[in-house]
Amino acid sequence: MAYTPELRELIKKVEATRPARLERARRGENYPALTMDEREEVLSKFHPDYQKDAKRIVRVGPNKGDSLQDQVVGLLESKSIIRPDKVNLNTINHETDVLVIGGGGAGTSAALMAEAAGCKVIIANKLRHGDSNTIMAEGGIQGATQEGDSPYYHYLDTIGGGHFTNQPDLVAALAKDAPLSIAWLESLGMMFLKQDDGRAVTRHFGGSSRKRMHSAGDMTGAEIMRVVRDEVRNRGNNITVLEFSPAVELLLDEDGKCAGAILFNMETREYSIVKAKAVVISTGGFGRLHIKGFATTNHYGATMDGVVMAYRAGVANKLLASTQYHPTGVAYPEQNVGLLITEKVRGLGAHVLNIKGEQFCFPLEPRDVESAELIQEAMAKGLGIITPTGRVGLWLDSPMIEELHGPGSVRKELPAKFIQFERHGIDISKDPMLVYPTLHYQNGGICVNGNSETILPGLYAAGEAIGGVHGENRLMGNSLQDIITFGRRAGKNAAAYIKGGVELKKLTLDHVVKFEKELAEAGIENPQIAPILLPDYSTDEVAANRWPEAVTEKV
Amino acid sequence: MCEITKQPEIKVATGDRAILPEGAKTIPIFVMGKKYDVPETLTIMKAMEFAGFKFLRGAGCRGGICGACPTVFRMAGDYKLHFGLACQTVVEANMYLAQIPFFPANRASYNIEEMSAAADAIHALYPEIFRCVACNLCTKACPMEVKVMDYIAALKQGQIDKAARISFDCIQCGLCASRCMGEIPQYHVAQLARRIFGKFIQPRFEHLVSRVKEIESGKYDQMLDELTKMDHETLKKKYVEREREPDLSSLGAWKPKETQYL
Ligand SMILES: Cc1cc2nc3c(=O)[nH]c(=O)nc-3n(C[C@H](O)[C@H](O)[C@H](O)COP(=O)(O)OP(=O)(O)OC[C@H]3O[C@@H](n4cnc5c(N)ncnc54)[C@H](O)[C@@H]3O)c2cc1C
Ligand code: SF4
Ligand code: SF4
Ligand code: FES
Repeated sequence: MAYTPELRELIKKVEATRPARLERARRGENYPALTMDEREEVLSKFHPDYQKDAKRIVRVGPNKGDSLQDQVVGLLESKSIIRPDKVNLNTINHETDVLVIGGGGAGTSAALMAEAAGCKVIIANKLRHGDSNTIMAEGGIQGATQEGDSPYYHYLDTIGGGHFTNQPDLVAALAKDAPLSIAWLESLGMMFLKQDDGRAVTRHFGGSSRKRMHSAGDMTGAEIMRVVRDEVRNRGNNITVLEFSPAVELLLDEDGKCAGAILFNMETREYSIVKAKAVVISTGGFGRLHIKGFATTNHYGATMDGVVMAYRAGVANKLLASTQYHPTGVAYPEQNVGLLITEKVRGLGAHVLNIKGEQFCFPLEPRDVESAELIQEAMAKGLGIITPTGRVGLWLDSPMIEELHGPGSVRKELPAKFIQFERHGIDISKDPMLVYPTLHYQNGGICVNGNSETILPGLYAAGEAIGGVHGENRLMGNSLQDIITFGRRAGKNAAAYIKGGVELKKLTLDHVVKFEKELAEAGIENPQIAPILLPDYSTDEVAANRWPEAVTEKV
Repeated sequence: MCEITKQPEIKVATGDRAILPEGAKTIPIFVMGKKYDVPETLTIMKAMEFAGFKFLRGAGCRGGICGACPTVFRMAGDYKLHFGLACQTVVEANMYLAQIPFFPANRASYNIEEMSAAADAIHALYPEIFRCVACNLCTKACPMEVKVMDYIAALKQGQIDKAARISFDCIQCGLCASRCMGEIPQYHVAQLARRIFGKFIQPRFEHLVSRVKEIESGKYDQMLDELTKMDHETLKKKYVEREREPDLSSLGAWKPKETQYL
């Protein structure tokens, strides 16, 4: 959607200030960067992760005492969809060796490895198989495959990038398995970008010491997902895929082993019981919680379900307070909202501006600081631009790049972005873009060890749902690697665990009963019901027209 | 969840929920024939949500890459049929639309290890590709601008590499198959072609073969073990002092000074 006349009017203000700003830029002057103290202040006041008022203390469960985002705590302190004492656990609807909850890249890899080791597998999916964050990843996947690189340096880059807050055994597993994962994907027929002689085309990325980023066009995640999903379809004799059937609660046996899950068929609204000797949680991230109202890059089903279910079964999580926001997500046009605009745009000299066309920040502050400054300008100072769909944004003055680096440089340096906007009638070499911070990645998650095992026997977890691999800051390309490394490990180790002989006793939901008792004892009234499965986007008007008070019962 | 942000003076849309700001226009659209007034500039997906629909099917990534939301539409008074992704297509006044979240298409099962660079296997698994009548309806329907007819034609001629490249942007939405005169499941055939290309036609990663052997022989186990036990200061020092491969080095050619950890 091209800019509306109202927005065009506002662009004139940007154009009016541009010559003077360019003049300063050519002289090498820039808007002053913040001092460390000022950074601290803007972060604490406006960054969603730092804002104390946005956080509260968890009152129950294994993470009791931790301070986490309001929405996350709400989900950890939630009550089950089902009434545990009323469920008949004697009627088993499906029996299998391994139940994989969530068929993104991590879950699908786990399923393939477990099957290869002789297991029967069920993959339970909330949406279709593959509707996931994995399919959305564009950039690439890391792995030390070149001779001048090794797992040793992959380890160093990863733990340094994570400010040394990563869990060491997980980083070691990632660095060691990365080349194996890439070889595995290649053997399945993934179309990696290669030179004619078969050498991988690898690139640098923020925080890398070696060129380690492998890719497949600009849709690396989609290519991974297509290939592993296709392979699952070839193994239909042993792998059953259930779609629109999310897990809503884990089942344990009387010995306390994980023993399956309750699935919910969202189309028929029927529940079913899956008894499984081992369970893998691979439900991905939490972008769709829209923490503090932020738009997100994530897929529709990213609602933290796995962390919630594991929590009730006594499995803790770590680093969940750390979220990756990207300062410049698209705020207009609507079809691109939330999608990323690379840092490169600011790197090439584009200014960030308010509604008056004025600069208010140094454009290349660290990501978290930059995000906080944009939020402050738009929300606290009210100097954002309101779009026709009621979003708020700030200008990113991309036409400056043409002036600074010569005509045609926007197209040359940012081909994908150029086309993405051009498709909607916006020429970003002539007009600025509207941007706002967007919620990108769940850094934390379920606690596991290097074998993808949780503390609960028979329960494994992998992918964005786990915490510790990346510490507080994830390097690009490490999460696509994380899902293959730990997905494969989860599948392999679940199979080995089953081979070792697993005798399931009577199924129980006592952990849920116990957890809800804890909620009551902690005085938590009207807890939310979770997992929430899908976000609710109905407007206030629609919600009101549904007559929440005036209808007799749910129809 | 996704509540309006705290500062009450500015009411803005949050998350993916649209609002109708003061003075903004609405336009009529017809969802499966029924009229709804929605704000202009929204995507079909968000316009339907604005109208009160909640997606179960027909929405996945919401970013144009998963293929869950194929949609067909016509403009009132125009015979022409249009195709698009609900998450990527902006509503227009008097648009009559319906989603096709699923369209049946046969997929042939195969063992990738038994395939080869020859096209015979593809022809045997999908003999229906020879039913193509070159009507080009598939290409016209494709929301990713993939030249569908061309990749089917390439496969008929046994050109797997060409088909793999042409079809690379396919998001498996199924719109081509829904239009096909020859009843061909184009995107399944293309998936097979790409995997055969990736496994049997593209040259293999030579350098990776030895790296895999090294890893499997345990070459890095002790190094990594030391790193996991290393005290913070030493680790930090190593991190800060690590060499950076020059941007312009040619791939595989550069050798760092420190070689004991390679
Ligand atoms: C736009 C974007 C770009 C990215 N780019 C890159 C990149 O270039 N490089 C990189 O390394 N990483 C990138 N990432 C991050 C990376 O893609 C993800 O972190 C990773 O793919 C997550 O994989 P996963 O298998 O853990 O989760 P997902 O792929 O999200 O899969 C989880 C699946 O579980 C399903 N599910 C959820 N709850 C339930 C339930 N209760 N029951 C059943 N199923 C459930 C979900 O619907 C989904 O299908 C990007 C992410 C996004 C969003
Ligand atoms: S080739 Fe077919 S399935 Fe693939 S994107 Fe185009 S229309 Fe959809
Ligand atoms: S729609 Fe079917 S018959 Fe027509 S050109 Fe495409 S593949 Fe051939
Ligand atoms: S929802 Fe994935 S392509 Fe539209």
